[in-house]
Amino acid sequence: MIRDITLGQFFPGKSLLHRLDPRVKLLWVLVYIILLFLVNTALGFTLYVVITAVLIKLSGIRVKMFFKGMRPIVFLLVFTAVINMFMTAGEPIFKLGFLSVTKEGIRIAVFMALRLMLLVTGTSLLTFTTSPIMLTDAIERILSPFSKIGVPADAIAMMMTIAIRFIPTILEETDKIIKAQKARGADFESGNILARAKAMTPILIPLFISAFRRADELAVAMECRCYHGGEGRTRLKQLKISKIDIESLCFIPVLLILVIFSRQFSLGLM
Amino acid sequence: MIKTEELKFSYKSEDKVTDVLNDININIIEGEFVAVLGRNGSGKSTFAKLMNAILLPTGGKAYVCGIDSADEDKIYDIRKNIGMVFQNPDNQLVATIVEEDVAFGPENLGVEPSEIRKRVDWALDVVGMREFAEAAPHHLSGGQKQRIAIAGILAMKPQCIVLDEPTAMLDPSGRREIINTVKQLNRELGITIVLITHYMDEAALADRIIVMSGGSVCLDGTPKDVLTQRERIKSLGLDTPQVTELMYNLKACGFDVNDKIINVEECVNELLRLIKKEKND
Ligand SMILES: Nc1ncnc2c1ncn2[C@@H]1O[C@H](COP(=O)(O)OP(=O)(O)OP(=O)(O)O)[C@@H](O)[C@H]1O
Ligand SMILES: [Mg+2]
Repeated sequence: MIRDITLGQFFPGKSLLHRLDPRVKLLWVLVYIILLFLVNTALGFTLYVVITAVLIKLSGIRVKMFFKGMRPIVFLLVFTAVINMFMTAGEPIFKLGFLSVTKEGIRIAVFMALRLMLLVTGTSLLTFTTSPIMLTDAIERILSPFSKIGVPADAIAMMMTIAIRFIPTILEETDKIIKAQKARGADFESGNILARAKAMTPILIPLFISAFRRADELAVAMECRCYHGGEGRTRLKQLKISKIDIESLCFIPVLLILVIFSRQFSLGLM
Repeated sequence: MIKTEELKFSYKSEDKVTDVLNDININIIEGEFVAVLGRNGSGKSTFAKLMNAILLPTGGKAYVCGIDSADEDKIYDIRKNIGMVFQNPDNQLVATIVEEDVAFGPENLGVEPSEIRKRVDWALDVVGMREFAEAAPHHLSGGQKQRIAIAGILAMKPQCIVLDEPTAMLDPSGRREIINTVKQLNRELGITIVLITHYMDEAALADRIIVMSGGSVCLDGTPKDVLTQRERIKSLGLDTPQVTELMYNLKACGFDVNDKIINVEECVNELLRLIKKEKND
């Protein structure tokens, strides 16, 4: 179960979205998220859904993957939707005991759910089409002007790369340890929160020990491969802003105008 | 290629000093395939780390490609020429994508991007992993990961590769993959190989075997010389290869066989000879 996490996963490919410079993509995701919170009408959401659908199509990644990425937030989605539906004051549509569902409630619930789903889809578009290395490279480049004031941009990027590299390895190991402890009769499911937290100790301790050992071995292996910080280091893949990047940036003002425009068009209550 | 003179090493911690290596004199020649044997704790890994200046001698000298390993300015010249592969493939891979990982060494050396590309493709071809260039390491088998680790070293264009029990965590098919790759590196590319191992059949493939015990070298010679000294090998806490053991036992039972045999091929021939002879009698 632990292995089929899609969030943060990368699907290699040659699509337009794959070819965009990761820095441009980061900027786009930022704009996408900010504008998403400005959208407040049905027209605006329709626009956003259409744009997102086009982007998914462009990425060449199966839609199923995006839904899979949404699985971890299903609970959050339902929870916020229900809360919004019942807790918003306004014109009641029907009553359930002392609770009443209002028209405004439904509106806010639907919008909020859409917003969350679009948020996850938008960021997934970034992580699905950008290799983690590209992403950390982009962050390194964005941070590099700050290295003059002591921000260790290259070390931060290296740390992120290693973290991403070892997440699956350590998850797998956790899985193994849990199974090993269960086989010895450990019980992680019963008792109150305190008892369960206590039951986690035999998992965490071996996990930590092994993580330290890994870190030690990895450090030696990196030294053997002549790692000595970011100084004088070249990269296999150079980041380069190309024509498509500039073209894609031109769409940012277009999106901005469309979103502002959509805010003026509330069709009735929607 | 690697020459040591009265090499000594001890680990120092606050409260005690552990002497691990004493007076090692060894000369590994260019193009040689050397296997290093020895029981647990005999100092093999420590010796390996002294070969590429991860550890520095506490006594004596180690010359690597003619450079004194204690010369701090030339440390990267040493490390790029003496590649190291370790036991656990997971803990050697740095990047999230195979080709990025292979590129890690040359990147650190400041090689031009176009040249890195060439080296990465070449190295992946050599280990037969080109088709996995864009895969994520955690989706590969142990043997495949270890081959990627080897490719990552190859991309630095080393003259010598030191492998510290590279097959210890692999299944039989993974072991075979790695040993074949190592042989190929030595035979076809002329890379000097130092293979530390606990498997006698792997050691039997080398040109030369060095046996370590208690931090010194106690046997040094061709596989045939070393592995057939049964008493000596046993007294050092090691085993002879299974085929040598078989021949020894046959001889002990009174069969007239040659017990100086170290590989399966020779063993098969010898057994065939024996069977034919028994038939004729
Ligand atoms: N970092 C260290 N600090 C102190 N002592 C160490 C350290 N690493 C190894 N030793 C000691 O040095 C000795 C030699 O260890 P080394 O790892 O070189 O042996 P080895 O021949 O590689 O053994 P193995 O076959 O188990 O890998 C051992 O007695 C070990 O306890
Ligand atoms: Mg060892």
